[in-house]
Formats: sequence, structure tokens, C-alpha cells
Amino acid sequence: MDRHLVQRLGFALLSLVALVVVAPILLVVGAVVVRGSGAINWEFLTAMPRDGMKAGGILPALVGTVILTLGTALAAIPVGVGGAIYLSEYARDTWLTRAIRLAIINLAGIPSVVYGLFGLGLFVLFLQFGTSILAGSLTLAIMTLPVIISASEEALRAVPTEFRTVSASLGGTRWQGIRHIVLPQALPGIITGVILGLLRAAGETAPILFTVAAFYLPRLPRSPFDQTMALPYHLYVTSTQVPGMPMKIQYGTALVLLALVLSMNVVATIIRSYYRKRRQW
Amino acid sequence: MDETRQTRGGEFLIESFIRVIGVSSIGFVGLIFLFLLREGIPFFFEVEPGNLLGTRWYPTFDLFGMLPLLLGSVLVTVIAMGIALPLGVATAIFVREVAPNWAREILKPLIEVLAGIPSVVLGFFGMTLIAPLVRETLGVPTGLTAFTGALILAYMALPTIISVAEDALDAVPKSYRDAGLAMGATQWQTIWRVVVPAARSGIVTAMMLGMGRAIGETMAVMMVTGNAARMPLALDSLFQPVRTMTATVAAEMGEVAQGSTHYRALFAIGIILFLLTFVINLAAASTIFKKRRRGGLR
Repeated sequence: MDRHLVQRLGFALLSLVALVVVAPILLVVGAVVVRGSGAINWEFLTAMPRDGMKAGGILPALVGTVILTLGTALAAIPVGVGGAIYLSEYARDTWLTRAIRLAIINLAGIPSVVYGLFGLGLFVLFLQFGTSILAGSLTLAIMTLPVIISASEEALRAVPTEFRTVSASLGGTRWQGIRHIVLPQALPGIITGVILGLLRAAGETAPILFTVAAFYLPRLPRSPFDQTMALPYHLYVTSTQVPGMPMKIQYGTALVLLALVLSMNVVATIIRSYYRKRRQW
Repeated sequence: MDETRQTRGGEFLIESFIRVIGVSSIGFVGLIFLFLLREGIPFFFEVEPGNLLGTRWYPTFDLFGMLPLLLGSVLVTVIAMGIALPLGVATAIFVREVAPNWAREILKPLIEVLAGIPSVVLGFFGMTLIAPLVRETLGVPTGLTAFTGALILAYMALPTIISVAEDALDAVPKSYRDAGLAMGATQWQTIWRVVVPAARSGIVTAMMLGMGRAIGETMAVMMVTGNAARMPLALDSLFQPVRTMTATVAAEMGEVAQGSTHYRALFAIGIILFLLTFVINLAAASTIFKKRRRGGLR
């Protein structure tokens, strides 16, 4: 067969595969939007669930997810960004650095349900935080760390070495160079990485199953030691654990969760592309 | 003078803090393993090896055979990789080597969207739309099967596979492609006989990282595989319900008494999962480090 014909057929096949990969993504998002949008109204977003969750709204789940995500951010950002600064600015290529990188790769690969077990063992039982927002947030934070560290390190490394050299030649100490020159330059990249990490945390179910999630708790949490409902767990519960649940509520919950996560995704993408265009190096 | 010394003192504190935090990742991995061991190790003394390696998982009757769960995870993961690897590598090749700019601009954000969709949403989608489809097209009694799970898992592993494979293709020097084309090969021939072989190790890494994700995925799998703990050995077990290790932990932990054998058994599964993904990621990491040492990437 003519090899140019082979090439044309091959390329056609590749684009077909790309379509097979992409089409279901549109299908999932489309199905959730179409079937879920009927459920969305002011009451659904701002009311407590009623009748064993078969009516009313999803307010406590929505608020719970927002609080958990903020708690995760509070714990994960300092440690994640600090770790990235260490790796990019301080660490030399030693066995220790290699061990740290290995640890980060492994943290990223540990199954989410294993994080749940760990959170149960350490935070809920050993430290006696109980099934609480504190325990859930800390569990999610450790799970989010590798994403934040990798993305922040990449952003820090992208800042040209000359910036650091010039800062040092002006008499700045290493930390001054990092604090006033490198960090501000890397900030958009770091923020993008943080958001990408947090959106994973917001959508996760398995790590919060045994550390914070409440099956049905129609009130807002009052303290960090309170349990709370959460959107992903609410979707799981309403779609598998409660018979006779109206589809509308399930799809509505899925839509709110998806909208929350995807809008974070969009914000991250916008920040990244905006600053990439404006960047002068 | 005083002021300088003060900033120096403050800096020393900050820098020490950063050094401590830098090493903390190792501490976290250690801590995770430690607490899994603490809660799970007694299980291996409480239960006889014969029971442990048995083929029946009925915790209420003190039967803790882990083989069906292990094989369930393996079956679902292997089939998922069989679907995801060709799709992922082909998509990476398309995006990196063939696609026009506009197609790339559409594909890459969409794949990022896929990476961002929570697994519980994919599981819900699989339950309500894919499972009935599987049931009707294959004429099986339930659509919640190993195959349905593998299908969903494949798509969940795709973003990882695509992005790592793309990086691997990216790292192949342009001169390789130029040389191929200069020899009179078509672009197609150059891709398959020069570029892809040169990116081989990166593609293997992509496969392993994708596999690690697939074996550890929990919610979606739990929602679409039907969760029947039986040995998936029959020829048609792909189209029957199956139960994975992750789903077992997630589904049963809420109902066990703390400190019971069943509770410890679930932590023991956690230990197995931890070790499995640890080995897979270690293997993936070793290919990454090897490339770095050769100076191929950076």
C-alpha cells in the first residue's frame, strides 16, 4: 500500500481515537448539566434537606464542602509551598533530596481510601479529634500536598536564575531574594497549583468517609470538632444508600459539585494563561 | 546594625522552618505506613494464613479470604489498562505530533476537565447511564459489572497516561524527527519507528502511573462494579459483578466495631494497597530518575 495513503489513514485513525477519548467527557458534563439544571433553584441551594433528604435543599452539604476545602487550604498551603521552596531553592542533589522526591511521588500515588484509613487511625482515633472537620481537613491536606508541591516547585524553577543572581549582587540575602523576587514572580503558577490541588480535595469522597462525613445532619457545623455533610458524600449517599430517592436531587447535587469543581478549574486556567501572556521573561 | 542582625535572626528561623517542611513529605509517608501497620498488623496474627488466603470473604462468619478482592482489583485494573493505554498513547501522539493547533486547544482543556471530574460524579454517571447500557447491549442480568468498572476506570486513568506520555514525546529531540524525515520516511513512519521507540521509557512510566491510579480508585469502582465478593475466574466474570479491595474498605469501614477483627482486616487491606501502589510508583519513579541522570530531560 502507498505509504502516504497509510499515513493519511493513520492520522484519521488517531483523530478518531481522540474523539473517542473526548466525546464521553462532553457526554458526562452534558448529561449532568441537562438533567441537573431542573433541580437547581434558590431553595435547593439554601435550604436544609427534609424528609430523609428526599426533599428540600443541600445547604449543609454545600457549606460543608466549602469549609472542608478552606480547612484543607489552611493546612496544605504553608506546608506545600514551603516544601516547594525548599526543593527549588535550598535542596542540593543529595540522597535526601532524592528521598523527598520519591516520597512526594508516593504520596501522590497512595489510594484515596488509604488516606481515609490513615486519617481515621491518626486524627480521629490516636489524636482523638473524633469524626470532625479538623480530622477531615488534615486528611485532605496531606492528600493534596504532592499536587501543591509539584506545581509550586515547577513555578519556582521557571523563574530564571539571573533574578536570583541579580538580587544577591545587590546585597540581598538568599531569603530576601526568594521573598521579594522569586516568590512574586512564581505566584501565579503557585496559585494555579494550589487551586488544582484544592479542587481534587473538594471532590474527594473516600478520604472523608470515615473522618468527617455525616450521612444526614440538617444543620450547619458549629465548630472544627463538628461533623458535617459534604457534597461528594451526599451524592454517593443519595444515589446508592437511600431507596426511592428522586433522580432530580441526585442530578442536582452532581451538578452543584461539578460546577464547583469545574469553576475552580476554569479560574486556575485563566490565571495561568493570563500571566503566561504578561510574563516578560 | 541591630536591624540587620534582627532580619538575619528572623531569616534563620524561616530557613530552618522551610528545611523542616521540605523533609516532612518523607515523614508523612512514614506516618501513613506506621498508622496502617498499627491498626492492621494484629490482623495477621488473629487470622490463620489458610483463612487469609481463602476464596471466601464473609466477615460476619469470620471468613477473611482476600483472594477474591485482590483478583477483583487486578481484573478491573488490567482490563482498564487494556482500554486506556492504547487510547491514551494514541491521543498523546495525536496531540503532540499530528493535531493542528485548534484541535490541541480544544483537546487539552477537555482532558483537564476529565482529570477534574470527581470520581463520585463519574461513578454516578456510570451507575445511571452506562450500566443500563451495558445490561441491554450485552443481555446480562445486571449492568454493574467488572467491565463497567474497567470502562470508567480507563477514563479516569486517561489524563495521567496522556499527560505523562505527552511529556515523554516532548522530550524526544527535534533532530530525531528531522533525521527520520530527511531519510525519506513519512511523518507516520517517523512517529512509529523513531519517536515512539525513543519515548518508550516515558510511555512505560505513563502506564505504571495510570495503573497506580486505577488500582487505588475507590468511589467510582464501588458504585459501578456491583460489589459481589466472588472469585472472578470464570470466562464470563468480566461481565459479572466483582468487588475490589478499595471498595471493600470504603463500603465496610462504616459498619465495623473499632478494634474488631473485621476492622483490622480492612486496615490490612489498606496495608496491601499501600504496598502495591508504593511498588508501582517506585518502579515508575526509577524510570524518571534514570532519565534525569542521563540528562535527557533537564
